[in-house]
Amino acid sequence: MSEIIIIGAGVIGCSIARELSRYDAKVTVIEKADDVACGTTKANSGVVHGGFDAKPGTLKAKFNVAGNAMFDKLSKELDFPFRRNGAFVLCFDDTKWDGLKRLYDQGVENGVKGLKVVTGDEVRKKEPYVSQEVKGALWCPSSGIVSPYEMTIAYAENAAANCVKFIFEKTVSSIREDGERLAVVCEDGDVLKADVVVNCAGLHSDELNNSLCEKKYKIVPRKGEYMLLDKTSGYLASTTLFQLPTAMGKGILVVPSVHGNILLGPTAVDIEDKDCKDTTYDGLAEAFAKASITMPSLTKKTVITQFTGLRAHADAGDFVIGFADGKPLYNLIGIESPGLTAAPAIAVHASKEIAARLGLRERAEFNPVRMGIPCFATMTEREREEIIKKNPLYGRIVCRCEVVTEGEIVDSINRPLGAKDLDGVKRRTRAGMGRCQSGFCSERVMEIIARERGIDMTEVTKSGKGSEILVGRVE
Amino acid sequence: MMSVKNLIIIGGGPAGLAAAKSAYDAGERDILILEREDKLGGILNQCIHNGFGLHTFKEELTGPEYAARYVDEVLARNIEYKLGTTVLSIDRKKRVTCANETDGLLVYEAKAIILACGCRERPRGAINIAGCRAAGIFSAGTAQKLINIDGFMPGKEVVILGSGDIGLIMARRMTFQGAKVKAVVELMPYSSGLNRNIVQCLNDFDIPLMFSHTVVEIKGKGRVSSVVIAQVDEKLNPIKGTEQEIACDTLLLSVGLLPENELSKMADVRLSPVTGGAVVDDDMMTETDGIFACGNVLHVHDLVDFVSEESEWAGKRAAAYVRGEKTVSDKVQVDAKDGVRYVVPQYVNRTGDEPLKLKMRVGNVFKDVRLCVIGDGEEIYSRKCRVVTPGEMETVNLNEKQTRALKNCRQVTVCLKAVER
Repeated sequence: MSEIIIIGAGVIGCSIARELSRYDAKVTVIEKADDVACGTTKANSGVVHGGFDAKPGTLKAKFNVAGNAMFDKLSKELDFPFRRNGAFVLCFDDTKWDGLKRLYDQGVENGVKGLKVVTGDEVRKKEPYVSQEVKGALWCPSSGIVSPYEMTIAYAENAAANCVKFIFEKTVSSIREDGERLAVVCEDGDVLKADVVVNCAGLHSDELNNSLCEKKYKIVPRKGEYMLLDKTSGYLASTTLFQLPTAMGKGILVVPSVHGNILLGPTAVDIEDKDCKDTTYDGLAEAFAKASITMPSLTKKTVITQFTGLRAHADAGDFVIGFADGKPLYNLIGIESPGLTAAPAIAVHASKEIAARLGLRERAEFNPVRMGIPCFATMTEREREEIIKKNPLYGRIVCRCEVVTEGEIVDSINRPLGAKDLDGVKRRTRAGMGRCQSGFCSERVMEIIARERGIDMTEVTKSGKGSEILVGRVE
Repeated sequence: MMSVKNLIIIGGGPAGLAAAKSAYDAGERDILILEREDKLGGILNQCIHNGFGLHTFKEELTGPEYAARYVDEVLARNIEYKLGTTVLSIDRKKRVTCANETDGLLVYEAKAIILACGCRERPRGAINIAGCRAAGIFSAGTAQKLINIDGFMPGKEVVILGSGDIGLIMARRMTFQGAKVKAVVELMPYSSGLNRNIVQCLNDFDIPLMFSHTVVEIKGKGRVSSVVIAQVDEKLNPIKGTEQEIACDTLLLSVGLLPENELSKMADVRLSPVTGGAVVDDDMMTETDGIFACGNVLHVHDLVDFVSEESEWAGKRAAAYVRGEKTVSDKVQVDAKDGVRYVVPQYVNRTGDEPLKLKMRVGNVFKDVRLCVIGDGEEIYSRKCRVVTPGEMETVNLNEKQTRALKNCRQVTVCLKAVER
């Protein structure tokens, strides 16, 4: 049986893993973190873009529009939160109407449906907290919002259920040729061989390609800082609010999350360090100030956390997708925005190309359906009653802010590719994601992780090795 | 399944226990306490230091000892309580939905509700400190629970941001356990903690307290490795060039407590933007009929003794409400002005003749002032204070005559006035 190694378990790696699991191949995903969705995937705006922003004829435009159309079915099949909330691109200046018109024409050319140029008053009718300074906007009804890490976890779990193997905490250092095949060299000295290697290494995808191929790429980490507002601010916006884009990206957004928070950001600054996820005083100030242009009534009082994401910006400008120089290395380089939106379409395209090259056949046993963790917070009273009867641990509320029960936390740890640490539990259940930011529940969640995984409390980490939370016992 | 209860008390900490005891003593027998933890006593259970109870019991008790006194009173009265039970929702008709492991989902209809759910700590995100998101950043109360309840050390080299009481207590506690507390950094030019805690927890251990400073950056990969602190100007903005880096593996945050009013909002209880708690009358009843509030969910107290006192009063008045004895009357508004940040209660019923107690906090440190209650331009009450600080709650006890005078006013304010020399 053909062997395929996917390097990187972000949304691209996991979606390709799931699509490849339709075929009769042995698929392994290698990830350096201890969980899926730990890089660029976990820290972005969570927007499923309409597709008017990408230049016509680019891969970005093609996969954006195709990916967007897949979300309704996919989110049901894989049981992850997704909502088509629509987006406005706001114009604050009467002289910039042609900018909106250009976006509109571009969108139409890309095949985006339902685009409309509207007046400022029409925007404010739908979004009353938007600035009086807004003169007009482009309305895109097909724009949506998704939880990027929950989508990736869903993809990964479904891939695992369809026999894809995941190896965590293993860092690949280079790829070299091995006859007709490729050898993946790991930092720990292991060498793994495969018929096709899929390069989904995100920020590091250039390094992997460059270690094997003549044609070189360069990824520049583009840093974006965000602020997250408490759900009590959820009323501020129901649609995604862009400002007219600039050369550095789509500008600062005010966007609701699928769970009812409001996200402000991102900034866009090119940096050197691919591991630098620090927020900065100036970056946060900029994110807030620019978001306030869209919505002057914003206050920092309801901010509950801040974070930084790094986009994998390739010097090429467009996505790089396909086999490299005829070698059995399938590259996915520079998958920055709209990469999340494009992921479902990219995954189908990539898996078909790989299957064709290896002559793979579809498996009859493939099961496309994945069930998420039943979410107590969104259940009706009757459903709550039922589930506690079935599993009494659902009657123990651990995270009071987000109403997450012990039942959900235990499930998140024990399911395939389960959570190993606090952040893993948080991404799967939302425990610790609320307004107290885990002040009350972190200690309970640590106990549950230690108990379920059979480890000592002092071994429990926040996010993988080196992030142990406790330093020892009290003497 | 729907059950009916006369009085449901949400929270089995010091406020809920005191309210239950006094409601019982006022003749109410159909009481239910709902507590989310597996033990009564609330946050006191993790406060193993002493200094509790000087006002109530005239002796120094530890937190668990203080809690035990009230737990014993509740047990002696056979008051019903449920542990491990989280209230999921309440509404203005006083329908209470809660859940636990053994009973599943429970629904009650109450004649009166007392909110006694305490407060929570302000997290890192709320104060916008830049930097990494590594392990090693704890709110002081979380660290206290890890050490005192679970027996684990959260760090070895510690910087504490904020000089609230829990932060001060934790500076001493971690020092006792062999950790090195390198500094306590306070944004304001004064501490929000009790003076006695600054003396006993910092000065006695030579831990530096740096006023008008804040943490501007947290560094570290995986685990915190240092923090950068800087001085702030009068507008509390960091001053460039004053940064200094302190190596540490832990940052504790003691940057304020917020009354936890998520349930109150579900029942349309009107909240004060200043206290973060409900707006109440002198019976501790909110503006939602039959819903009372007391303790730290109402406004953050610095001594548990005052929580108990306020909650006993709330329990007594809630029992009267259930009996139909609480009259609905015209109310006098009590405003805070000139240096006084807030007063609780915000409204006083014109009827009733029990002597009034007004609790308040000032907005800054003031020296040689008079704390005055003014009604329709006349001074009803005044007291000289050598110093008042935001960290210490002030109480005004009005006698019967002063109470009557206040109730007859159209307009009442509590304010600070300079002492005439």
